[in-house]
Amino acid sequence: MADDLMKLYQDVVLAHNRQPHNFVEVDPATHRGHGYNPLCGDRIELTLDVRNGVIAAIGFQGESCAIATASASLLTTTLEGRSVDDALAVMDAFNRTLDGDETAVVPETLQPLLAVRAFPSRLKCAGLPWASLSAALADDDAAASTEQGQGT
Amino acid sequence: MSNVDPVVNGDSGLDVDAIRAQFPILHQAINGKPLVYLDNGATAQKPQAVIDAVSDCYSSYYANIHRGVHDLSQRSTTAFEAVRGTVQRFLNAPSEDEVVFTRGTTEGINLVANSFVRPKLRAGDEILVTAMEHHSNIVPWQLLCDATGAKLVVVPFSDAGELDLADVAERLTERTKFVSIIHVSNALGTINPVEEIIRLAHERDVPVLLDGAQSAPHMPVDVQALGCDFFVFSGHKTYGPSGVGVLWGRYSLLEAMPPWHGGGDMIKTVSFERSEFAEPPQRFEAGTPNIAGVIGMGAGLEWLMALGLDKVAAHEADLLAYAHDRVGAMEGVRIIGTAQRKAGALSFVMDEAHPHDIGTILDNDGVAIRSGHHCAQPVMQRYGIPATARASFGVYNTRDDVDRLVASIDKVRRLFA
Repeated sequence: MADDLMKLYQDVVLAHNRQPHNFVEVDPATHRGHGYNPLCGDRIELTLDVRNGVIAAIGFQGESCAIATASASLLTTTLEGRSVDDALAVMDAFNRTLDGDETAVVPETLQPLLAVRAFPSRLKCAGLPWASLSAALADDDAAASTEQGQGT
Repeated sequence: MSNVDPVVNGDSGLDVDAIRAQFPILHQAINGKPLVYLDNGATAQKPQAVIDAVSDCYSSYYANIHRGVHDLSQRSTTAFEAVRGTVQRFLNAPSEDEVVFTRGTTEGINLVANSFVRPKLRAGDEILVTAMEHHSNIVPWQLLCDATGAKLVVVPFSDAGELDLADVAERLTERTKFVSIIHVSNALGTINPVEEIIRLAHERDVPVLLDGAQSAPHMPVDVQALGCDFFVFSGHKTYGPSGVGVLWGRYSLLEAMPPWHGGGDMIKTVSFERSEFAEPPQRFEAGTPNIAGVIGMGAGLEWLMALGLDKVAAHEADLLAYAHDRVGAMEGVRIIGTAQRKAGALSFVMDEAHPHDIGTILDNDGVAIRSGHHCAQPVMQRYGIPATARASFGVYNTRDDVDRLVASIDKVRRLFA
């Protein structure tokens, strides 16, 4: 378990938390998605500039824990320059991997995040920016929530 | 940070080792480390006396109450109804007929909102709460305001997490119809000056409800000395089962209130022309209640009273003061809520680490705390933070537990430095 903790908070994750990449609002943005975890109050807003089906620029803003922040940072660095279709495939593979699907193939750059699988209570932290991405690419103005209800 | 009083577990007169021995759940390892349970603000663990009371009910005398002439039903009814007397003593209430069993604090507030306040409310009327309420003492009033055109008026609090009585007085007007306030803040630990607030409200003939979810487990409560009109609390925070709680109300007020939920057990007679309702407290207890839960709650309250609530309060005050000293002295750690009078909870944030990360790392050391907004998002907004980490104490906690907490927070600091 201590090893799992060190994998969760490995250097890559801590570095992306301390100095997140693309921690900006892309302006003008063609797509925008809010992710919100009502259980902890964390929020991540993604902004994208999509041109000819390709993510030309992507940034995030918000307040979140180290896992969500690192996940958002790595999301942006992984997806910048990829096509929207490609991004959706990466998102699907990442989400399926967090759900326990061993067959999904996740880009190497996202591997440091997968240690979260040993911490079920933190899966939603890693998934938060991807919920934002899903909302952004679906052009859904409503905040993508990680929950149906709200805890006490 | 090290020059603290070396007294172990204070001098409350409680034998904390003997108390700990009564909690089977505490004697286990979490992630290879002995469990340190510091999430009592969310829910308390259960002593053997409570586990036995629930188990004994189901294994020897359980049946539905108030309806059978058979032996088991009578025994269940007797045990269930005896808890009203326990609660009466626990709250120093004038009468056990003022004790209404609910599903918990939240239901108690909703019951008062819908049955007592709603019929009196007109558009433009006001309900007074504070900015440090739990969501359960905000949302029921918002629903009521939406339905009636009444307005929710909020008393602010200081950076330390304290109310100013002048702010309360200023907001009490001829439009104020009800005051509903948290006795002890779950997010900040503040003990509010409720006696004074009640006095101010009563000067204007405004009734007051106290949300006692976080006071009942930690200090003696005397509803007659407090002077409140309603007092609500939850069984699971007073070392009993979850899903049960108490609404205490002055009998004269309960008597004038219409039922909230209709059903069996709350009527005298029913016909399709008209039903006649039972007297309080049965009027407010429609349907088969959580029988074993109420009996377990009674066992928890008896257990607390046998320890002595004044001793419990002294022991926990010592722990909280010790934790304040030690955690407050740590670099990069900021305590949220520094009121003069506090009970139960120590909320904090760290410069580098988010409360969720703190929670995960502490859990890895076997230290269970709560991280999040504690169902008090307006409190978080007041401080401009998304969440806090909160260590909350129970009667079985020790200074050793605080030391483990501090060592683990130090680990977070090193990891995130």
